[in-house]
Amino acid sequence: MSPLKDLRGSAAIVGVGTFGCGEAPGFTDMELLARSAHAAVADAGLRMGDIDGLCTASVGSTMWAMPVIEYLGLRPRFIDNTMLGGSSFIAHLLPAMLALQAGQCQAVLVCYGSTQRSGSTGRAEIAQARRWLDPQPYETPYEPPMPVAAYALAAARHMHQYGTTGRDLAEVAVAARAWARLNPEAFMRDPLSIDEVLAARRVADPLGVRDCCLVTDGGGAYVLVRAERARDLPRKPVYVLGNATAVWNRQISSMHDLTVTAASQSGPEAFAMAGLAPRDIDVLALYDAFTINTLLFLEDLGFCPKGEGGRFVQGGAIAPGGRLAVNTNGGGLSCVHPGMYGIFALIEAVRQLRGDAGQRQLARACTALAHGNGGTLSSQSTAILGTAEAL
Amino acid sequence: MNTHSEPGIQARHQHELDQGRFLIQHCSACERHAYFPREVCPHCGHRPLALAAPSGLGRVYSLTTVHRKPEAGGDFNVSLIDLDEGVRLMSRVQGPPDRPLRIGQRVEARVLVSDGRGLLLFDAVEEGAAP
Repeated sequence: MSPLKDLRGSAAIVGVGTFGCGEAPGFTDMELLARSAHAAVADAGLRMGDIDGLCTASVGSTMWAMPVIEYLGLRPRFIDNTMLGGSSFIAHLLPAMLALQAGQCQAVLVCYGSTQRSGSTGRAEIAQARRWLDPQPYETPYEPPMPVAAYALAAARHMHQYGTTGRDLAEVAVAARAWARLNPEAFMRDPLSIDEVLAARRVADPLGVRDCCLVTDGGGAYVLVRAERARDLPRKPVYVLGNATAVWNRQISSMHDLTVTAASQSGPEAFAMAGLAPRDIDVLALYDAFTINTLLFLEDLGFCPKGEGGRFVQGGAIAPGGRLAVNTNGGGLSCVHPGMYGIFALIEAVRQLRGDAGQRQLARACTALAHGNGGTLSSQSTAILGTAEAL
Repeated sequence: MNTHSEPGIQARHQHELDQGRFLIQHCSACERHAYFPREVCPHCGHRPLALAAPSGLGRVYSLTTVHRKPEAGGDFNVSLIDLDEGVRLMSRVQGPPDRPLRIGQRVEARVLVSDGRGLLLFDAVEEGAAP
């Protein structure tokens, strides 16, 4: 048996928390992170003093783990500041599981907070700073508005190669909105039709503004412990059955095939660790930074053949009452997207598996897949989660 | 103290571009081309890579029209180009004059030098155009 497979179900998420999702004027990134972390630790039935492992990442601060540790008053023995963009907080799972299994630590807090919507530093200023901190000298001269231009290029290629249409992309946004209407925490809950998505202001062809994720504030956090300890804590444990992360490129111009992401590596590896297949999954949380993402990940993760994503989502197939439940919180498109969304995808999967999803709760939710994406289709991390029934 | 007399590949590539010359890289070990310029071959790990003049011809792999307010300069094109040498890069395509630019369009490289700084651009050309 492979050592990775030995880790299957060895750790469980025992607490989750969010704070300030939507608009949180007057708060800082750190304050939203701290309130989310406090909520997640309390949800786990633990105290902050019990936390001896810390994973975090920030869009702006490269050494973010240090101020987070300082702010929360922690003395962690395991620290992971790995920054892979929005997938980071899903990619933090496997290293944390290894640290827990090795006895390096007993309780890992994974946390994030951002005031991207209300904060004093605008996105234009951050984009300017990034030209120096994260140079891409072979793309920047052409002034592509990133990240949207990269996803527009991927969408245009997918349409060209597979006959995917703007209506197919719009189906993704409409399904996300229909789920958001069932979620009181979602930021945009007005009705949305395919025609409205198609008529919305164009940003970068073929993507319009309703094909793009929200810009919100928000914090999210979760707590991970070894499985045997999870059984003594108050909440229903959500076991991590598999996790894998893959990066093939940073720049969209260095991507070998714009219709195939590194999720086609992370997905099969996570499924192999979990000993499960796509047909075994009850609920999906896919990082939908743009509508094309959902199609690419449904294909790359094995829920439909390559090129069939557009046809797969037609007719409300991933909306409430459809054949596959995808992004039941409303996703980054309609629920929350404070700079990086990955942790919120994972939290929604946990809420479904715990039966805490209120009006949008699925009748059967024993297994879930949470998938994170980072950069411009640059990093991919897939997690397979399950209840005790799935062990 | 150890001072390297020759600058890195990024500066050397840009220097050529500033003179109006567009160069990519060729690996003598694996016989493949590389772009963007690197110190080490991304295909086989060999170094150094030789700068080489490409045919300049390629094809649009994907494209987007970025919508921008007229007062900010108006809409503009961002394209990914596959050169005939097998490398992909980002650029901007001019034309064709009579119809919308499409994926698969044949294009040819052109270096625009302004204020001493070279920028690689592409023009739409007819199918079968010679270098």
